[in-house]
Amino acid sequence: MTYTKNQLTYLVILRLLIGWHFLYEGVVKLWNPEWSSKGFMMSSEWIFEDLFQTMAQNEGILSMVDFINVWGLTIIGLLLILGLFNKAASIGGVALLAMYYLAHPPLVGIVSALPTEGSYLIVNKNLIELFALLVICAFPTSHIIGIEHLIAKFRGAAIDESTDSK
Amino acid sequence: MKEEEKGGMTRRDLIKGLVALPVLGGFVIGASSKRSHDRELKESILKELSIEAAEPPSSGPMSGDPIRVGIIGFGIRGHQLARAAGFATKEWIESMRQNALTNKNDTRLKDFLDQEDLNIIIAGVCDLFDVRAEELIDSFKTENHTPKRFRHYSEMLQSPDIDAVMIATADHWHAPIAIEATKAGKHVYIEKPMTHTLNETYELYDAVQSSGVVFQLGHQHRQTQSFLTAQDIIKKNVLGHISLVQTNTNRNDDNGAWQYLIHEKANPQTIDWDQFVSNRGSIPFNNEHFFRWRKWWTYGSGLTGDLMTHDYDRVNTIMKIGIPKFALTSGGIYTHIDGRNVPDVVQVALEFPDYTSGTSQEPGKEKGMTFLYSATLGNGHERPSIMMGHDGTMEIGNQLTVHAERRSTRYQAMIDEKVLVPEIPVFSYDPAMGVDGVTSATAKYFANRGLMYTYRDGKRVDSTFLHIREWLSCIRNGGNPSCGIEQGFQEAITALMSTISYKLGVRVEWDKDKREILNPNGVNYDEVLIS
Repeated sequence: MTYTKNQLTYLVILRLLIGWHFLYEGVVKLWNPEWSSKGFMMSSEWIFEDLFQTMAQNEGILSMVDFINVWGLTIIGLLLILGLFNKAASIGGVALLAMYYLAHPPLVGIVSALPTEGSYLIVNKNLIELFALLVICAFPTSHIIGIEHLIAKFRGAAIDESTDSK
Repeated sequence: MKEEEKGGMTRRDLIKGLVALPVLGGFVIGASSKRSHDRELKESILKELSIEAAEPPSSGPMSGDPIRVGIIGFGIRGHQLARAAGFATKEWIESMRQNALTNKNDTRLKDFLDQEDLNIIIAGVCDLFDVRAEELIDSFKTENHTPKRFRHYSEMLQSPDIDAVMIATADHWHAPIAIEATKAGKHVYIEKPMTHTLNETYELYDAVQSSGVVFQLGHQHRQTQSFLTAQDIIKKNVLGHISLVQTNTNRNDDNGAWQYLIHEKANPQTIDWDQFVSNRGSIPFNNEHFFRWRKWWTYGSGLTGDLMTHDYDRVNTIMKIGIPKFALTSGGIYTHIDGRNVPDVVQVALEFPDYTSGTSQEPGKEKGMTFLYSATLGNGHERPSIMMGHDGTMEIGNQLTVHAERRSTRYQAMIDEKVLVPEIPVFSYDPAMGVDGVTSATAKYFANRGLMYTYRDGKRVDSTFLHIREWLSCIRNGGNPSCGIEQGFQEAITALMSTISYKLGVRVEWDKDKREILNPNGVNYDEVLIS
């Protein structure tokens, strides 16, 4: 894939910003031993509310969900910033965001249980971040800027760095 | 421009590979400074307040011989008491089973089945309506034991097969039965309000004081963990001098207005009407009076006795206010024009000129408080209960929330330094979540919506169960129940003063030295109360 300098710059910045956001969301939960996804899932609305509430009410599943959230967010954030396993990290991030979106979708007729700072209809920030991660996945940059670049160099592989070749 | 050689590592490659490092460095600096800032705020607030979440009242083991309990009054509340004690009717279990099938979030049956066994036997029942007495016997009989039906409560109280009674009759029978039970040496769990007239209040007080029975008045909120934590908040003087406490009742449905169903089998043959009215003179049979007795002063206690007593006792639990010096009540029947004579809108102002919980100001500014109770049965909009002090305001419910007062003396420096923001709760307590110094909007939101339940030892529990358990534990292991005769006396006098004030349209005064309501005009208060 060939990028112009601007394209590469903005894609990398987008990757770093999303990474930062994931990492901080993860770290904040890690620092707060009382954090739990229970309230978020218990207040779920729309067609998946039964599923989320069942998960929240089962102590075993709940602790697994909490663990996946805390460490999923932290590790995905780190990987996006470092530029390592970016495809897997983006897809993992998309999966988490899809869950957040489906638990509380801003649809007509659903009064969100979550306090929000803006106004949303169908599209909210989770959905936008989800698609931004798909962009990161479809337009990879970590082989150019990131640890993956170093690994490739270390292995002596040829890297297509069209930006620089021009 | 081309400078890298394929396969070789250049300085430029290193920069490209490690561009994340400065970003991560920035992250670490940013996140740790944010964390230490938040921690400092939280710690300085919690240190200043030093509130401790209270432990539940201790309640001993339920071992030993089963206690033989008689139930007097097996109506709506009687059913609830029996369930809290571990006995549900077949009909209730079946309807809960159906509910759980259609709604798997309905865990009432599971909660009931998970409840600890209190090691009691329902040995007898006394209900004036045949259908209810038979329902109890049919549901609670076992292979080894059938509850005995007593036609008159006196027979039950004289029976050697009964150790303790739970009284959930109409209000006009609470005290007479409790007095006789106490004299017969039976332990008593009695529903609120404790009494219906003044004379019986004194008589019951003396009877319990001179007996060895364990007496518990049914204000189950005494077991609510948040109220116990609230006691610590008052003790630590977090709110400063409290000048106003406001509690409310907001209901807007027939059931809430005591318009209960009249059973289809109710008639003079199935109801012992004469016994029902035997302490109230000659009144012709009236189905509605029997099932909806809360609507008439003859049998019921109105909003002041029926519902204010819960709020009063809650506040008395937290603030130890005792009996007010003055009570002034106003109200009317404005919504339910259906023949009732108790008001459906009521405002009660109770004055406590000597009450003090301490102050952060100069001496002389620490005394006096009004307790305001406002009730309507014509609107269900929830108004929270609040305690308003010079330094802070506390909202009480299952959760507790404390806001600092903008003009507080105690917190002025912290407010000036922006460590405290009056709009954000400085303290919030949810028994399911623990203590938090600075709550997030989301956590508060979840807590207020009741999405988190109160747990004890990991189990969701009913406060009535805990209240009955405490009573049984005192019977078995000794000790005093949390809502005994002293607390009951305060509750009863306060409610009766408020009702007398409503009926006479005057401010009623309590003489705490003589322990009596002043009566300058020689009015027969007991006649006023039941007419």
